[in-house]
Amino acid sequence: MPKVKLPRKSTTVDMTAMCDVAFLLLTFFILATKQKPPEVLSVKTPTSVSSKAAPDKSILITLTKEGKVFLMLGDETRKDAIIEDFNTTRGLQLTPAELAKLKKTEYIGLPVNQLKSALNATQEIPATAMAGIPTDSTNNELAFWMRSVTNAYKGEDQRKLQEMILVKGDGEALYPIFKNVKEALKANEIFKFRIVTEGEQVPMGSELYKTGKDEKH
Amino acid sequence: MAEMDTSSGGGHKKGPGVKKGKKLSTRVDLTPMVDLGFLLLTFFVFTTTMSQSTAMNMNEPKDDPNQQMKVKNSGAMTILLGKGNQVYYYYGQLMPETISQDFKSTTFKGIRELILEKKKSTPIDDLMYIIKSDDKSTFKNAIDILDEMTISAVPPGHYAEVAMVDVEKMLIQKTEEANGIK
Repeated sequence: MPKVKLPRKSTTVDMTAMCDVAFLLLTFFILATKQKPPEVLSVKTPTSVSSKAAPDKSILITLTKEGKVFLMLGDETRKDAIIEDFNTTRGLQLTPAELAKLKKTEYIGLPVNQLKSALNATQEIPATAMAGIPTDSTNNELAFWMRSVTNAYKGEDQRKLQEMILVKGDGEALYPIFKNVKEALKANEIFKFRIVTEGEQVPMGSELYKTGKDEKH
Repeated sequence: MAEMDTSSGGGHKKGPGVKKGKKLSTRVDLTPMVDLGFLLLTFFVFTTTMSQSTAMNMNEPKDDPNQQMKVKNSGAMTILLGKGNQVYYYYGQLMPETISQDFKSTTFKGIRELILEKKKSTPIDDLMYIIKSDDKSTFKNAIDILDEMTISAVPPGHYAEVAMVDVEKMLIQKTEEANGIK
């Protein structure tokens, strides 16, 4: 019997390096990307080939599938001014406590006649249960809200305002609601605004694809 | 893979004989740690915003009744959006005599080629796409058709959204009945 044992090589792999890589990638993803805020109103937007990114801070008009319209005043610097202006111009006579509560809400989605009672209610109405801002031609309250918005931005570069007005509509929302939203904006001389969509690849072979290719070369 | 070497000396070291009983090895297996790392990584990859929402520009024309735009019949193409993702179209004006032939229907896939065809065969000054949406068409239809304009590189100012007339509404209704679209 041979006395020399066959030299055995170790089959264990040192996992330290692998572990380092994994945690490096993890740290990258945590720091570099942003968390998606939990969406109170689920809206599935249609797709478009536009490549411009949607701004973070915006005056967002949301159209839900059922045809309800919600307004989110994302610009913290003007939010108070807009709400106070709305209060005075529409003669809502909200008390300072109610005003403060309204300023803290994320979504504005109630017609004016329900607003006061909702602000005094002890329980907060969830966004899905709200009736939405009326936009029909006889009572387009959205137009009045947008009037307050334009008042808050008066005297400033109007392009900044235009870049902030976003319409985020569910793909299944019916066209008349969108038409009413457009009317509300037109009534306030807002002719340029943006629509939030999901990114879509430019179809191959189309005109846009060709011009895109030409620009790159 | 796991190696908890409880034998004396631990691994390759050859101690000076077994004096103290069990000398535990200091080797830790890192496999579960790596698993955890990749798990957390996957979690963050999927829950954070990698696909950012894009914004599409909208230009609305001013509704000035004094400034009615004159459009040449030869350069006009009217695209109508109905319910159920139906698309109808006709060129120029609807003549009562030829109405049944002129009013055609297609889908969103088909309309792209038609738009391109029209664009190629018309001088740019005469080109105008008139988009009319039925009350039962969806927001997605409206955005998709505007997107088609961008995809076919139709310059802004050569397409416009207009209200539908009764004749067209009736035609759409008839076509829907004929094709059995609910």
